[in-house]
Amino acid sequence: MNVLLDHFPEFRDGFLGTLAITAASALLALVLGILIAGFRVSPIPPLRVFGTAWVTVLRNTPLTLLFLVAFFVVPQVLIPGTSPFVLATLALGFYTSSFVCEAVRSGISTVPIGQAEAARSLGMTFSQTLRMIVLPQATRTVLPPLSSIFIALTKNSAIAGAFSVAELFSVSKLLSDKGFAIGWIFLWIALAYLVITFAISGLFRVLERRMGVAR
Amino acid sequence: MSEVSGTGSTEAPAPAGDQLVVLDNVNKHFGALHVLQDIDLTIHRGEVVVVIGPSGSGKSTLCRTINRLETIDSGAISIDGKPLPQEGRELARLRADVGMVFQSFNLFAHKTVLENVVLGQTKVRRTDKAAAEKKARALLDRVGVGTQADKYPAQLSGGQQQRVAIARALAMDPKVMLFDEPTSALDPEMINEVLEVMQQLARDGMTMVVVTHEMGFARSAANRVVFMADGRIVEEAEPNQFFNNPRSDRAKDFLSKILHH
Repeated sequence: MNVLLDHFPEFRDGFLGTLAITAASALLALVLGILIAGFRVSPIPPLRVFGTAWVTVLRNTPLTLLFLVAFFVVPQVLIPGTSPFVLATLALGFYTSSFVCEAVRSGISTVPIGQAEAARSLGMTFSQTLRMIVLPQATRTVLPPLSSIFIALTKNSAIAGAFSVAELFSVSKLLSDKGFAIGWIFLWIALAYLVITFAISGLFRVLERRMGVAR
Repeated sequence: MSEVSGTGSTEAPAPAGDQLVVLDNVNKHFGALHVLQDIDLTIHRGEVVVVIGPSGSGKSTLCRTINRLETIDSGAISIDGKPLPQEGRELARLRADVGMVFQSFNLFAHKTVLENVVLGQTKVRRTDKAAAEKKARALLDRVGVGTQADKYPAQLSGGQQQRVAIARALAMDPKVMLFDEPTSALDPEMINEVLEVMQQLARDGMTMVVVTHEMGFARSAANRVVFMADGRIVEEAEPNQFFNNPRSDRAKDFLSKILHH
């Protein structure tokens, strides 16, 4: 108990750190994932190839390896002096985007083909059809897998702690290095993660209930 | 097209001279199946062409090639003198001029009836919202579902949904309307309400290509009946000529099966 009260500021900062990096990379993953899913179902072959390559590379690479690339290759080659928070967000966001993309694509395939045909028959372009007709109807189907993906992302964000981003896992490491009882530290850390993951599943349950499309 | 002419005569207008849709030696395969074989078909402005034939004869595919929902393997299709372009903006522009009504209605399930009829006008034609809604309501009244404007498609009967689908297509002021078995998914008592809307359209001079099994509609509304079997156009004739005195054995056989039972 004491370890929490005595080091509350550290725990609080760790919690906020995990929250921030999870939110930032979830947003990045969502935007990229939807965009790449659009590429994968597009009528333009080069875009489809790019989308497939994106998913294949990022989904099949260990996340730790992506972190290594983000922290040791990206600053050297592209943008020196980027903060660890941004680099970790890039690694987590890119990695998770490949899973989001596949969830969105599976949602797209549940929308009856006639919906897209009707939209195209009205003269809507591919991107209009996708944005206005197909994706809104795919959303409901995509929510359950998306919820799992974001919960996994929350827990994956612990890797950022090993790359000098201040978050929950780095707090636990700091305190156990100082010799505090590891059991209590883990308990509080685990509870902090649960708060975030329960909040995510609650949010998605609400969204699911709101977004039913009657057929 | 947004006004119903009060003097709708019972005589179908004679086909005008100019060619609106031209299919020239069109061929298409689905794998090994040669679904369209050497199709030549010309549809004139103001003409109502009804395509009939047994299941699997290629008539739906024929209808869908005209706005390039199905691609063709060889031959050429042109609409109002312009050949169908590749998939892209230019094709989208051309499709806006070709109304399509599907067997399964395909109303946008997440939009209200009114939004279904407004969407194409505002997003494709760039009409402003107030004008689009006014036109949508007029069209919905015209097809007899004006009171349903704020409901979602799933809350409507099949016949109502199909009439909304017709209104949605008409909202684009199309040059030609394609009907792909518009009444085949409907309960029998709802077929007439859809056919009546189509009859009215035909009387108003809309150019129409109608794939259907409704022989009564073919008799009363068509300028020309096109009979297809096994991917070919077997016979083309005026309805009276076709139904009373078919020339081909294939058509005689087909008619004997559907007209006497």
